[in-house]
Amino acid sequence: MSATSAATVPAGAPAARRPDAFAVRFARNRGAVAGALVLLLVALVAASADWLYPVNPLRIVGAPEIWPFESWRYPLGTDSMGRDIAALIAHGARATLLIGLVAAATATLIGVTVGAAAAWAGGWVDEALMRLTELFQIIPNVVFVLTVVSVLGPRIENITLAVGLVSWPPIARLTRAEFLSFKEREFVQACRAVGMSPWRIAAAEVLPNALPPVIVMSSLVVAGAILYESVVSFLGLGDPNIASWGRLVGEGRSLIRSSWYICAVPGVAIMLTVLSLNLVGDGLNDALNPKLQKR
Amino acid sequence: MAIRLISRRLLQAIPLLLGVVVLNFALIQSVPGTFLDVMTAEQQVTDPALIERLRVTYGLDEPPAVQLLKYIGSVAQLDLGYSYRHNLPVLDVILAHLPATLVLMLASIAIAVLVGVAAGIVSAVKVNTWWDSAVSAFAVLCFAAPSFWLGIMLIIMFSVKLGWFPVGGMVTIGLDGGLWRQALDILHHLALPAVALGLFYSAAYARVMRASMLEVSRMDYVRTAYAKGLTRVAVVLRHVLRNAVLPIVTLLGLQLGAVLGGSIVIESVFSWPGIGAVLFDSVMSRNYPVVLGILVLSSVVVIIANIFVDLAYTRLDPRIKAA
Repeated sequence: MSATSAATVPAGAPAARRPDAFAVRFARNRGAVAGALVLLLVALVAASADWLYPVNPLRIVGAPEIWPFESWRYPLGTDSMGRDIAALIAHGARATLLIGLVAAATATLIGVTVGAAAAWAGGWVDEALMRLTELFQIIPNVVFVLTVVSVLGPRIENITLAVGLVSWPPIARLTRAEFLSFKEREFVQACRAVGMSPWRIAAAEVLPNALPPVIVMSSLVVAGAILYESVVSFLGLGDPNIASWGRLVGEGRSLIRSSWYICAVPGVAIMLTVLSLNLVGDGLNDALNPKLQKR
Repeated sequence: MAIRLISRRLLQAIPLLLGVVVLNFALIQSVPGTFLDVMTAEQQVTDPALIERLRVTYGLDEPPAVQLLKYIGSVAQLDLGYSYRHNLPVLDVILAHLPATLVLMLASIAIAVLVGVAAGIVSAVKVNTWWDSAVSAFAVLCFAAPSFWLGIMLIIMFSVKLGWFPVGGMVTIGLDGGLWRQALDILHHLALPAVALGLFYSAAYARVMRASMLEVSRMDYVRTAYAKGLTRVAVVLRHVLRNAVLPIVTLLGLQLGAVLGGSIVIESVFSWPGIGAVLFDSVMSRNYPVVLGILVLSSVVVIIANIFVDLAYTRLDPRIKAA
């Protein structure tokens, strides 16, 4: 928002939710803080994967099926082919976070656009867009993702796109509800009265106010996207050139009688990451709506 | 009244179905090369004359708009195409495997609802106690564990180590005996996959049930019930539960698509002979008519199931009679 537009905005627009109080409320939630710390750790591992394990993680480095903690060189053991599981986990963290974030960003972009357009336009546009949202909610997500990946090919971009395409309906619904709740508020009426274009009101005035709950939901979408990606890779339809946690679980399946840790370890990584994202999302949500906490 | 509601919901479902079909068509169109190239390559057809004839047979020489209309027309007649791999119409291939998937879905939903609702009730009745925290922790963990991984862990624990349950499949091969024994056998095979899938979804039910019970407990009529001198058990069972369960029904409808998708993944873990196996096989062999047929038909299953959820809702909540 530029300085001139700030001057034309009538008084009475809700003040931005106070950040310091927000941070305090978030920090009081132990689960959310723990989740944020784990996420930070995962992000650090992902960022330093190239430095920690400079060799391609898909390369064979040792004897197969070394159990975790058996050898100090391979703290998490080696898989059926003798690849270092710790290296695969570190490099997999990168793919996992990347796909999760980009897919969630895609979903948020689509969802916010659709939801805002539906609420702002109203009438038949609203009806049509909500039907479209319903359509994507009805289609079994996993089936759709697998179909798209099989049609477009198992590349990381296609998986990300497919996951983004199935994840936007809840965001669209939430954005629409938020925009509707602001549509007739005084500050929006005042903006209209001073002759601001509906586009500018939506983008500059309503969007910043509607965004916080949407961002909270996006953090949950990241968690869902990570789960979808792990399913695709687990089924062996992921990108074959990228280390992925889901694929590691899938490849370990044939050895569950002798070396079940190959399945267990990457699953724990997925679970911890998704758990942390959910905890952080819940923490953000509670911090945004302190009234809900009193229950 | 129920008939009118069903017919109205069916009418409302038509645009949705149309949307699914159009989306499907868009996916077919976006196949790199054409669908025919894939098929001829798969069947190793190289004769240009035959390829041309197939092009005409499949109407691929016509403009996309005409193809779309024809596609909609054939889907409307329940013609989803032909699977050369199975040598059967796609619809038959899918319908042959659909019951196994539905059984798994129903069992998972039953487990999810029972476990989730029970956990939610416990944490709402014992709110802010050790019980409440334990249920929350359980829900948060279940919601984060990928169901396919949970399934493998259950196999390692209960099939490989303890040997209590079969590793996979739906029936014991070569088992004879009465209907009763066969049903028990299927249940025995069903237990682990249904638990793996059900636990994941139970988390959502537990949270919703807890919030909903706490919400209802604050209502005036609940206070009145206590004031009449009813015991806590009577109030919870007769007054709170009935109203608190409504959001559960809503959630049920919202989650059906996800549960169907989830059961497809779990099927591959437990070699359950449902449409998941067919989908996986068809994706691998690029058998697009089957893949797209499954997408259409599974959407139809979700739409129909949602109509039933709506019916249940009107039964439970007389306030929305005419809606």
